[in-house]
Amino acid sequence: MTISQSNRQKARSLTWQLVAMAIGAFAFGFLVLPPMYDVFCDVTGLGGRTNEVATVVEEPTTTGRVVRLEFATTVNQYAPWEFGSDVDSMTVDIGGVYETTFTARNLSDKSLVAQAVPSVSPPQAARHFKKLECFCFTSQEFVANEEKQMPVRFIIDSDLPAHIDTVTLSYTFFDATKMARANVAATN
Amino acid sequence: MIQKLCLSALAILFASSAGAEWELNMPRGVTELSAETYNLHMQVFYWCCAIAVVVFGAMIYSLVKHRKAAGAKPANFSHSMTAEMIWTIIPIIILMIMAVPSAETLIKLEDGRKPDLTVVVTGYQWKWHYEYLGEDVAYYSSLARTSVDARRKNSGIDPNTVENYLLDVDNPLVVPVGAKVRVLITSNDVIHAWWVPDLAIKKDAVPGFMNETWFRAELTGVYRGQCAELCGKDHGYMPVVVEVVEPTAFQNWLDSSRPEN
Amino acid sequence: MSSAEISTHHDAAHGEHHGPAKGIRRWLFATNHKDIGTMYLVFSLLMFFTGGFMALIIRTELFSPGLQFVHPEFFNQMTTMHALIMVFGAVMPAFVGLANWMIPMMIGAPDMALPRMNNWSFWILPVAFGILLSTLWMPGGAPASGWTMYPPLVLQTGDAFPFLIFSVHLMGFSSIMGAINIIVTIINMRAPNMTLLAMPMFVWTWLITAYLLIAVMPVLAGAVTMLLTDQFFGTSFFLAAGGGDPVMFQHIFWFFGHPEVYIMILPAFGVVSEIIPTFSRKPLFGHDSMVYAASSIAFLSFIVWAHHMFTVGMPLTGQLFFMFATLLIAVPTGVKVFNWVATMWQGAMTFETPMLFSLGFVFLFTIGGFSGLMLAVVPADIQYHDSYFVVAHFHYVLVPGSIFGIMAATYYWLPKWAGHMYNEKLGRIHFWMSAIFVNVTFFPMHFLGLAGMPRRIPDYSTQFADFNSIASVGAIGFGLSQLLFVYIVFRCVRGDGATATAEVWDNPRGLEWTVPSPAPYHTFEEPPEVTDGKAFS
Repeated sequence: MTISQSNRQKARSLTWQLVAMAIGAFAFGFLVLPPMYDVFCDVTGLGGRTNEVATVVEEPTTTGRVVRLEFATTVNQYAPWEFGSDVDSMTVDIGGVYETTFTARNLSDKSLVAQAVPSVSPPQAARHFKKLECFCFTSQEFVANEEKQMPVRFIIDSDLPAHIDTVTLSYTFFDATKMARANVAATN
Repeated sequence: MIQKLCLSALAILFASSAGAEWELNMPRGVTELSAETYNLHMQVFYWCCAIAVVVFGAMIYSLVKHRKAAGAKPANFSHSMTAEMIWTIIPIIILMIMAVPSAETLIKLEDGRKPDLTVVVTGYQWKWHYEYLGEDVAYYSSLARTSVDARRKNSGIDPNTVENYLLDVDNPLVVPVGAKVRVLITSNDVIHAWWVPDLAIKKDAVPGFMNETWFRAELTGVYRGQCAELCGKDHGYMPVVVEVVEPTAFQNWLDSSRPEN
Repeated sequence: MSSAEISTHHDAAHGEHHGPAKGIRRWLFATNHKDIGTMYLVFSLLMFFTGGFMALIIRTELFSPGLQFVHPEFFNQMTTMHALIMVFGAVMPAFVGLANWMIPMMIGAPDMALPRMNNWSFWILPVAFGILLSTLWMPGGAPASGWTMYPPLVLQTGDAFPFLIFSVHLMGFSSIMGAINIIVTIINMRAPNMTLLAMPMFVWTWLITAYLLIAVMPVLAGAVTMLLTDQFFGTSFFLAAGGGDPVMFQHIFWFFGHPEVYIMILPAFGVVSEIIPTFSRKPLFGHDSMVYAASSIAFLSFIVWAHHMFTVGMPLTGQLFFMFATLLIAVPTGVKVFNWVATMWQGAMTFETPMLFSLGFVFLFTIGGFSGLMLAVVPADIQYHDSYFVVAHFHYVLVPGSIFGIMAATYYWLPKWAGHMYNEKLGRIHFWMSAIFVNVTFFPMHFLGLAGMPRRIPDYSTQFADFNSIASVGAIGFGLSQLLFVYIVFRCVRGDGATATAEVWDNPRGLEWTVPSPAPYHTFEEPPEVTDGKAFS
């Protein structure tokens, strides 16, 4: 059998190229896809995601077009909170700044940390729903049995697709106590 | 040979199914879109049958005629530009014919404008929670007692004696006939999926996210479905039951379901 | 581990003077492509029966309504393990085994390019599956969240969780190493004058498959690594509470998962593209367009992943895009089926067992293709999704698709490996039993799905009872039929059949038929003369 020196050289370099390709594919899956997905969601509203930091609106101008805004709330994994919206729905003039409140009560005798996760439906409306202020931007600490009223200030921008007449803003309350403690431990 | 067998197997299936009341096909359902979905399903199915007749027909003819035992002498051709162009282009045309009505129905399915009623459906391990948005009515919907008793391993209860075994709940979702019901779907723990075949809707319930779909039932009745996304050990035991009633009956039910003030 | 070890002149010279090593060392330290191919095939057969046994537990429980034999938790473990074992333990290793045995012989190479890595990539597999199977005895049981491992459910797995992730990593390593080896062998070790387009279809489809493997197995590894860090290291890739999204896992998983489907079927396309010409006594119709079709299928497989998740909540434009892309896959797949029929057309066919399995493949895979076409139509898919219709669909493409392809290949090349003919009569019986029972098992599942039965449930409403009973009878019949396969192979390997000639069949094309049967331990140590490359395609 004769595999020439040059051929062996070629095989070796091809092998390393393929190994690099595999490592590249891993990096793509592990490092590139998650942030890419985030960007994709932000752009398309996939998953009903909204802005995670406050938007600043220079001069709000109402357009006269109104949509119905509904509120829904969920508490994840039977966490010990009572959580609800103070109003069921409101009529919103597109382009105007509005404020509404949600109320949550810690039903346990321990202090707890909550993280509210917002989701807007239909997803096409998500990126036009802009929060100026939201209790979901940071986690919320509740001492035992504490009740809190938490505000949201928002604007629905005028680029909202014309075919949407009802928008739902939903919040899920997650128990983030463990996560928060771990973060504190990490920073100390 | 193979085809004969397949056919006879099919024949046996269909023949025996004639006796029993076996469901063989997708339900037409009770909404405009479920009927459209059914038509799409049948249309694609007929296209598949037509293609099958051509492809399997050619193959069967060849299997019979071009066998060595029948004295066939092999030809030696190995390509034909014309033939290959034909069987590339014709499928593309057929696919376009299929794609257009599918896209039309899909666009209607996504059009959730002007709902008459909004219900928030929350999946739990292993039951559903229904909330009528703005109506102060909310409750859990779990597997009916009769099924709970019979479903246990070696319960000694014959499932055939249980009415709607595994497809019955204590508190069904009640909606008025003819109303456009917007369904918002989320989950409390893991991913579930809310499926009612007669309404032709199935949507995943994802924790932390709100999904949306809608239906407008055109006939009163009780429609049954199940959780369609594996959600743990009792995934098979969280049916969905939707009761479609007359609007007045719905209003009465809603009033009586509100907590006493 | 150095992955760049090239078989050298010295190794080969060594082998010429001594045959295979004696006893266990021959297998443990195997570097010979035929030995490693054999080990892969035997391992795959073992896993096929392990996964099949689990399938029979599932079908036994589903024979009638009510819960008779297992608890729902265990039922979910069975569906999960059945899928993982069949996909990664039975189908994929079987094709790697066939590649090991046949690719060097088909391209006139003395061995695989990287024999020591070859040894590694095989021996990782028993370790991976040993770990996976051991989870059955762990507290909390084996993984029960489906082979798709969707979070958050998969994070509820008991002690088995890290072992599941680790075994998936190992399977990925094994596949990637195998794929690298196959590519380097094909690109670098072809006989002089064998151009790429002159390569046999089996080699071609494997080349494409190997590239798919390198592209997507690492993505799966990435996805399960994120599961691991979410569970143990405080990240929240898939946890909504920390700003993650469980749906993202599904996107990443199916970005791997859809090409994976073609990884399991392309080599089978290659196999039947070898067999149909032989038994039609006619060259393969449209060799080049077959290559282009396989390549376009591979390309399209990267842009259709979301058709596995139409119910997850996706923008309309996304649904339309994935619907159109999915429908488009029917075109190259159709070209392949039409070309096979055109190959038979005006041939002079005989129906030995490999041909029967190939014909069964074309018929039944096409039926699986039809239900695939139906599944592409989004509004209808919303009804089919996660129902038994899907179960019927993918079993039609995987059992009479991939598995029949593997069976066909085994019967086709077994005389070359063993030097004896298998028992043709028993082979045909094996085919007919498999073909009948596979339909009895999976055809009724179409009806079950359309009637509204979800998949992955341990018990069902009484209206689904009859079809489930039929499917269970079929499954047991199919399982028992495969014992016949083991018997046939065992008899043949023991040397019970007639002595096989070098050509085995009636004037087959391909270099593998120019070496004696059984193929000597070392073949093509001097590269063969290939004057008209096309003659071997």
